[in-house]
Amino acid sequence: MQVNLVDMKTGQSGVISAVEGGQGLEKKLSEIGLHRGRQVKKISSVFRRGPVTVSVDNFQVAIGYGKAVRVMVEVVDDA
Amino acid sequence: MMRRIVLVGNPNVGKSVVFSQLTGSRVMISNYAGTTVEFTRGQLNTESESFEVLDAPGTYSLTPSSKVEEVASSLVDRADLVINVVDATNLERNLFLTTEVMERNVPVVIALNMIDEAKHKGVKIDVEKLESMLGVPIIPTVAVSGEGLKELIDALPRAVNKKVGPLETSDRWSYIGGLIGEVQEVVHRHHSWLETLQDASLRPLTGIPIAAVVLFIAFQFVIGIGELIAGFLEDYIFNGLYEPLLVYLSKLMGGGGFLHDVLIGRLIGGEIVFEESLGVLTTGVFVELGVVLPFLTVFYIVLGFLEDSGYLPRLAVMVDRSMHRLGLHGYSIIPMVLGFGCNVPAALAARNLESRRERFIACTLMAVAVPCMAQLALIVGLVGRFGTAYLAVVFASLFFIWVVLGLIIDRVMPGYTPSMVVEIPPYRIPSLKAQAKKLGMRIKGFLIHATPYILGGIFVVNILYTIGVIDYLGILFAPVVQGLLGLPGEAVSTLLIGFLRKDVAVAMLVPLGLSARQFVIGSVVLAAYFPCAATFTVLVKEMGVKDMFKSAVIMVTTAFSAGFILNLLLDTILPPAYLAIGLVAAAIILALIMGSNSDRRELSDFDRAA
Repeated sequence: MQVNLVDMKTGQSGVISAVEGGQGLEKKLSEIGLHRGRQVKKISSVFRRGPVTVSVDNFQVAIGYGKAVRVMVEVVDDA
Repeated sequence: MMRRIVLVGNPNVGKSVVFSQLTGSRVMISNYAGTTVEFTRGQLNTESESFEVLDAPGTYSLTPSSKVEEVASSLVDRADLVINVVDATNLERNLFLTTEVMERNVPVVIALNMIDEAKHKGVKIDVEKLESMLGVPIIPTVAVSGEGLKELIDALPRAVNKKVGPLETSDRWSYIGGLIGEVQEVVHRHHSWLETLQDASLRPLTGIPIAAVVLFIAFQFVIGIGELIAGFLEDYIFNGLYEPLLVYLSKLMGGGGFLHDVLIGRLIGGEIVFEESLGVLTTGVFVELGVVLPFLTVFYIVLGFLEDSGYLPRLAVMVDRSMHRLGLHGYSIIPMVLGFGCNVPAALAARNLESRRERFIACTLMAVAVPCMAQLALIVGLVGRFGTAYLAVVFASLFFIWVVLGLIIDRVMPGYTPSMVVEIPPYRIPSLKAQAKKLGMRIKGFLIHATPYILGGIFVVNILYTIGVIDYLGILFAPVVQGLLGLPGEAVSTLLIGFLRKDVAVAMLVPLGLSARQFVIGSVVLAAYFPCAATFTVLVKEMGVKDMFKSAVIMVTTAFSAGFILNLLLDTILPPAYLAIGLVAAAIILALIMGSNSDRRELSDFDRAA
């Protein structure tokens, strides 16, 4: 199932499948370690329109709502 | 010529710690991305050679898309040798930058830092294998304890330029993925209590109460302990020991005359009054050491703890939604928090914000509505005498200005503020030694930079009084100052001196014999009307002359409007407690009604692109 980071549930893991709407964002996320094919786990979101925090390996990244809706993930496990 | 070493690495991997270990220089170190915004220069002397060492700001990539990346990229181009500091706990991510650095024409040595933390987290790295695969020397280090630093220095002559690319972004990741598969093994282990707390402070149901408690304790601690120390100093040191000395000196100078006025100031009822006499040795020394220093010290202890624990980026996540309404995103809470110490480092920290729009809004709001601790100490001490309710009006007014001005600028200014992408560092228990060192640096910085301004400011006041300039200006500006703000004409002199030092300016309100409401108005206008000279200089550099001019117009207009509104309402229509509550409530309601312009613009921009 493919969803964006905002719709993904806290605690779920998924593999980044696409970054929509702009090369700039894809590049920025990729440099910080969130590139296509990378597995992420959603740690938290601050209400509906707040930032989403995901963890990757040993680091965590907080992504504001406006960008989090553009990051698509393929959910791998329904923990 | 000395050969030049440049330290390059991701944000928050300990570059600055490596730098200070190599060069012995003292630099600011914190547990969040973006502590070093400008490069720092130092010197390393080995047995055979002396090097110039530059500490570049942390960056994820050398492709320049922000100011910080530009600085890092151009430093690498000017380097004779690069030490790439790599966070061993996040090897894969860090190697992205490593491969970019290796594509440039420069010999590289890798410092595999925080190797102890990696072991702790169950990350095993085959250093020898990685070394042979990459072809450059790799030295495991624990920079905070100095482990591996000697080996790092010994490895410098072995630095080589090994080409890996050039690679496209996705190829780069698959190349790195291949390396990681060969050299790294991760053992799964249980969450530590710090990690549980880590996640709790990011989830709204637990994170918001945590943020509220942290901020409340920080505020209470600074004000409470600050007052306690200041009171002790005033009673025992200043009144008990210092005053008799000054009385003697005053008598020696015959109780009057120009020199007496400058050094001791005016005697109030035949006595020295530290808050009012306005002499260099009386009010000057008292303001700097007796009032500002205690509050500033406590503030920097609290700030140091917040910085090094790694809490600030989590606070940024919690306030992100609200900050969007002001045309900013969560990470701009960091310059705001720093601003309460001193506006100068806060203006520098705004450099981490990506767009010119964000920097403009952040700098303007900070300069207008975030008073530095020096000024706050005086406000707390002097306005506090009229009662806590009046003090609350000062804070509430500044909060109101901060919110409403943000809402307005976000609407009026074209464009939008894109949402943030920030790394959240792990919690770390701050080391006492590092804290003491940082506190020492900050206090020393304050004493060195503030002393000439404080003493000079008081000296200037005396000159201006003596030659009658202040009386003249008082008459000239009386219509504005009196009509608009309800303050005596001479109050204009505090606005003049406020450009030198805001704390001295607040102290200068005392001899004017103001009522409670006048003191509140004076304090708010002084906080908002213009930054002090030191902050102004940095702001011009950061924003450019044109934006600074716009910002200054906003500041002056805001300050006088706020003063005028307070003059209309405070104690005439509303008692202070009601006014304070009303201002805070009005600001919050306005923010809720107006919503976030940036949010809407960013989403519609996205729809267009999609």
